Amino acid sequence: MAFPSILPTERSRISGWRAACGALLLALAFTRPAVAEEASPSPAPIPIPSTQPASVNVQILYVKENVSKELPLSLLDQPNPDDGIAGAKLGIADNNTTGRFLNQTFKMDVLEGDIDELIKGATEKLASGDNFIIADVAPDSLLKLADALKDKPAQIFNVGNPDDSVREENCRANVMHTAPTRTMIADALAQYLVWKKWPNWLLVVGPSPKDQLLADAYRRAAKKFGAKIVEERQFKIDTGNRRADGGFEQIQQQIPQFMQGAKDHDIVMVVDEDQVFADYFPYRTWVPRPIAGSAGLVATSWHPALELWGGTQFQNRFKKLTGRIMRPIDYDAWVATRAIGEAASRKQTSDFKTLRDFMHSPNFEVAAFKGVATNFRAWNGQLREPLIVSTPKQLVSVSPQPGFLHQFSVLDTLGLDKPETKCKAYTQ
Amino acid sequence: MPRISQAWSAVAAVLLASCYATSANAYTAYVTNEKDNSLSVIDTDKLEVIKTVKIGQRPRGIVMSKDGKWIIVCTSDDNDVKVYDAKTLEFVKTLPSGPDPELLTLHPDGKRLYIANEDDNLVTVVDIETSKVLTEIPVGVEPEGMGMSPDGKVLVNTSETTNMAHFIDTQNHKTFDNVLVDSRPRVAMFNSAQTQLWVSSEVGGTVAVINPADRKIITKINFEIPGVEKEAIQPVGIRITKDDKIAFVALGPANRVAVVDTSTFKVLKYILVGQRVWQMYFTPDGKLLFTTNGASNDVSVIDVASQKAIKSIKVGRYPWGVVVSPN
Repeated sequence: MAFPSILPTERSRISGWRAACGALLLALAFTRPAVAEEASPSPAPIPIPSTQPASVNVQILYVKENVSKELPLSLLDQPNPDDGIAGAKLGIADNNTTGRFLNQTFKMDVLEGDIDELIKGATEKLASGDNFIIADVAPDSLLKLADALKDKPAQIFNVGNPDDSVREENCRANVMHTAPTRTMIADALAQYLVWKKWPNWLLVVGPSPKDQLLADAYRRAAKKFGAKIVEERQFKIDTGNRRADGGFEQIQQQIPQFMQGAKDHDIVMVVDEDQVFADYFPYRTWVPRPIAGSAGLVATSWHPALELWGGTQFQNRFKKLTGRIMRPIDYDAWVATRAIGEAASRKQTSDFKTLRDFMHSPNFEVAAFKGVATNFRAWNGQLREPLIVSTPKQLVSVSPQPGFLHQFSVLDTLGLDKPETKCKAYTQ
Repeated sequence: MPRISQAWSAVAAVLLASCYATSANAYTAYVTNEKDNSLSVIDTDKLEVIKTVKIGQRPRGIVMSKDGKWIIVCTSDDNDVKVYDAKTLEFVKTLPSGPDPELLTLHPDGKRLYIANEDDNLVTVVDIETSKVLTEIPVGVEPEGMGMSPDGKVLVNTSETTNMAHFIDTQNHKTFDNVLVDSRPRVAMFNSAQTQLWVSSEVGGTVAVINPADRKIITKINFEIPGVEKEAIQPVGIRITKDDKIAFVALGPANRVAVVDTSTFKVLKYILVGQRVWQMYFTPDGKLLFTTNGASNDVSVIDVASQKAIKSIKVGRYPWGVVVSPN
């Protein structure tokens, strides 16, 4: 019986048992076919053909309305001329990378101007095949554009505004929305605060009509998820131009004074959609409380530091293309272009009706770096997506929060749900 | 005579089993810990961690050289691939790769290493002996899964945002077909007979089984687990037994591994493992399957024959990839 060489010390421990094993193995080898490990089947050859699918070209138009707005407070938040457009450009680049393998190309035109110029331009471009229109325009302008293109083969994607009314009582059948609504944003933040057991909010509301709508969304969210608005204050102080050499001396006096004598609260919810005063609140309140809403802890569709779900590569591609960080409107525009690209690659066509119907169907989904598939709500064309809850620098959480349940999709715990919708155009 | 033969087999089986038990074949499993920049080394006989070593930044995909001498790791945040001695765990050399390498696969020739570069829409081909880049193959957005056909003639790469399985001829390194699958394809795996290619779609929640001969989808497998929300079912890792009969599919945050019959495509069972299970690897004898559970910082050991999780082994933070030594 030949054994492989074994050190003497080891050999002493190995008794006759080992020898018996060897003998047994040997005996088996003689009496039965060798009991080898189960063999793998041998590989069948794979034929290598050369085929090319039919070529497809999809045209997209980006319209951006010139609006004059007060500038946000922080230098970090100043608008870029290509906000939104850059996200759509990345979407086009991603679609073209995919398109290379399917013989599909994607092209984008960009128009900037006032709404009448945009409508005129869009009508012309539509005639030459720009059927998909990404719109960064005010709510009224969005409705004007939608009505001007009614009955034409055009699908508009709203990336510019969070207005609930254009998805509800004023919804239009030819508009889908990739920007989250005010109610979605408020619900995402509210869920986190309720999960955190910080249910007592002090609401500070800015003077603009948008701030009133956003405050309504927070009031609704508080009621929906069981938080309490212990007090509301209207912020009417004119803080002046965002930039002056100096200014903090007065703000340091004004904000604590404004916050004096408030009812006991867990957080201060500052409602300031254009971000012209909210950032004055952190660290300046009368009692030490965290800030949420439009400064401090915010809910948003995208964050430039998000790295979950392959987000790093997405952020890197954006930075390489544009030289800057990605903002929520860039993300919203990217989702719109990717939705169009996804529909074209699945359906292998540029036929407008096929693509539009597919994007509206329950079978449609587009992966958008949110960990789960996103798609569009059937009752008003709003993108169904998780939202990020974050500080200015880092992700804190992702809503919907655990424990908030829904009969169909937990994503529908964010924003106005099907039974509440006032949108009629989608059901006609 | 047949009765005697059966009895003899039974006795022999028992005796053989005890022989194996006393002189068990211990392999070594290597686990990359993404958040710890470390490698956990597991003795597959004792089923415990015998060593933990620091390696490059953000280690993810891991393979072994054909001779079992080297372990080859994608150190994503270093933007390169590092080679370590499998026995001593000493650093051997760095291999060039494009930026942010994530997953890799070795050609059966033992020389050509195919690396998916998530950031650059490329698959980089490197000769592991000369450390030279042989070529770069353009693929879709965010290449990830890398499935090598057992005969080495075809490489399949999946691209996460393009949602395709790209079929690449390994002779001329050109793509010759592209198959659309559901959202965010993560892993591609051939069976031994090359009659099936399995592709997992993480966000789509499905596994597509493709016929490599005509690149048509044979079937799409769906998973349903009572009490687990649909969104949490995110298939990633796939391993198919050597005899091609059973496939194991890791379902991410569903914390389960699905056991699938490869002829009926029916899910036979869901095995509960650790949290966010992604990658898996068999021991060479096919008896055990190791799974990396990112969110619970452990590795589950599945007994393949009984299809049960028999142990969980604590490793570093966010275990990502796993490979088992061939000897």
